[in-house]
Amino acid sequence: MRHRSLLILTSVLTTGALTLTACGSRDEGKGGGGDNAGGTTTVVIGVDAPLTGSLSALGQGIKNSVDLAAKTANKNKEVPGITFKVEALDDQAVPASGQANATKLVGNKDVVGVVGPLNSGVSQQMQGVFAAAGLAQVSPANTNPSLSQGDNWGKGEFKRPFKTYFRTAATDVVQGKFAAQYLFKDAGKKKVFVVDDKQTYGAGLAAIFSDEFKRLGGQVVGTDHVTVKETDFSSTADKVKASGADSVYFGGQYPEGGLLSDQIKKTGAKVPVMGGDGIYDPAFISASGEANDGDLATSIGYPVEKLDTAKKFIADYNAGGYKDPYAAYGGYSYDAGWAIIQAVKAAVAANNGKLPTDARAKVTEALGKVSFDGVTGKVSFDEYGDTTNKQLTVYKVEGGKWVDVKSDTFNQ
Amino acid sequence: MNELPQQLANGLALGALYGLIAIGYTMVYGIVQLINFAHGEIFMIGGFGALTTYTALPSGTSLLVAIPLMIVGGAIASVAVATAAERFAYRPLRSAPRLAPLITAIGLSIALQQLVWQFYPDAKKAVSFPEFKGEAFHLLDNLAIQRADAFVLVLAPLCMLALGVFVSKSRSGRAMQATAQDPDTAKLMGINTDRIIVMAFAIGAAFAAVAAVAYGLDKGQINFEMGFILGLKAFTAAVLGGIGNIYGAMVGGVVLGIAESLSIAYIEDIPGMQQLGGGAWSNVWAFVLLIVVLLVRPQGLLGERVADRA
Repeated sequence: MRHRSLLILTSVLTTGALTLTACGSRDEGKGGGGDNAGGTTTVVIGVDAPLTGSLSALGQGIKNSVDLAAKTANKNKEVPGITFKVEALDDQAVPASGQANATKLVGNKDVVGVVGPLNSGVSQQMQGVFAAAGLAQVSPANTNPSLSQGDNWGKGEFKRPFKTYFRTAATDVVQGKFAAQYLFKDAGKKKVFVVDDKQTYGAGLAAIFSDEFKRLGGQVVGTDHVTVKETDFSSTADKVKASGADSVYFGGQYPEGGLLSDQIKKTGAKVPVMGGDGIYDPAFISASGEANDGDLATSIGYPVEKLDTAKKFIADYNAGGYKDPYAAYGGYSYDAGWAIIQAVKAAVAANNGKLPTDARAKVTEALGKVSFDGVTGKVSFDEYGDTTNKQLTVYKVEGGKWVDVKSDTFNQ
Repeated sequence: MNELPQQLANGLALGALYGLIAIGYTMVYGIVQLINFAHGEIFMIGGFGALTTYTALPSGTSLLVAIPLMIVGGAIASVAVATAAERFAYRPLRSAPRLAPLITAIGLSIALQQLVWQFYPDAKKAVSFPEFKGEAFHLLDNLAIQRADAFVLVLAPLCMLALGVFVSKSRSGRAMQATAQDPDTAKLMGINTDRIIVMAFAIGAAFAAVAAVAYGLDKGQINFEMGFILGLKAFTAAVLGGIGNIYGAMVGGVVLGIAESLSIAYIEDIPGMQQLGGGAWSNVWAFVLLIVVLLVRPQGLLGERVADRA
């Protein structure tokens, strides 16, 4: 008896679910044509970022900033006859989810460009999918050099692997070297302990940093690795103390970085922890308690709050009523979204005011040539799809807040 | 500087934490032969219950007053969820094949995680937890015990002792042993086995809440995902010590914690092993140890209490 009722319940649920799905697809069919009564064409800008999980603070900021770019374009009628819509998918910082999302975005023929993802490791799995479909991708946050310059960039062989890949973030080569130069020259540290989280971003950044630090004459007194999502690093912290290092460089993200810094300070070793843009987040400070004054992070660009070009962005963002802050990549995400909008504008202008039938190819082509003054400065891409904007800033924790201490344009 | 005492202390504190959580796995397995994979989330909910209690207290409350209340608040939350899970997710499946409750447990674990993520304010990222401030206790020249570590190192043996006395001396404890040995006969002897099973879930949940408070005080933050890896490690500790054996849980936890600490600190110093040490390999060594123990002594270090039933 009980089994039969269970069977009936399951069938009813399944039927219900199927009916609902069918409804959903029918609705989509109606709206999917693109043209509506106003005579405008709707194009979709895809977003892929970690919207849940421990990196969601950054992901939500990316999503909202792109949303703001689309809304601004719609309001100003930036591209006459085109209405922009944003479709945001959650990759949870997992490469396989990113790849599934890429496939989904490629499948939606209204998508003309994608902003994202946050993580370099996720991007590796998405690039191929986008390239096969000719769909342009602009990452606001990927910093691993191989994504745009090929696997052998370290040996000086630069080869762009995917012509659909662009980014508004400067690479780790720039960031790691900048960090090493600051730590050695400006902060006067000579003995560093290097820790990374074994991920594409973290390990790559730590390696670039180490090479430059050694080249300058500094000493790497020890190395270790931590595992993402682990929380107990006290053994690693004690190794740092025992090594007698005067500073620590961490390649990785803020959830692990914050705890590592905290646990190092608890051993009694009063040394600053430095990292890349992955730890440049308020959550790094809250994760590491109160004792982390003096910790350092590099991040791309000049501090958004100090740029005149960003004033309007910040005001609009605050007026937009978004629940989460724009976080570390908000400005770059807005610029990435705006670059796609500008590319659509160029493609439409070249096609007598209508969206070309091969919109994806035309947008990709136009993206390589965009040039405008964005939130973060001049936005344009070089022959590898990398940003031409090589400005960087070092931030320091002071009184529980990130304070910028040095901004500069990087040149070898 | 000789860092061995410090590394042993780190391992011991980590191990005591694993052990406290492992009690929940081992007691439930000992009585109903169910691996409650949602136990990691019961631990996580204990942490959020304790945090809620803390935020409800007037600001400026001393931690000495707050901690006992937080443990009580956390325990109420985790016990409520654990007993509800037992009643609505596991009891209906008690006579089903073993695989069914296992799958339910995994589903429940994901559901609980997402519920906290969705409904607890700001739980989408790590939320801060009151941290044990103040200097560590410097016992030796090269040994400092953090306050939060001292807390767990004192509390874990006390909890174990109380549990040991309860199981061997009290009526309910003996009824629990009887149910573990043979539930059908126990029922014939007038033992309300349903009540005993609920009790096993509740005790495990209360221990998990204690562990969650210790974890929060140490790390200064809790996270809706924190139950997953810690739950897995605690389950490993339970198996290592001999699942079903409550002392085994503690021994397994301590062995696992120390193995992790020492592998991070020393394996790379062994000639020829430089590439196999450090934090990157700690999980590998922890699980190699598990495999070796299971090959040599399949019943776990202290032996499986319920093995004599079959």
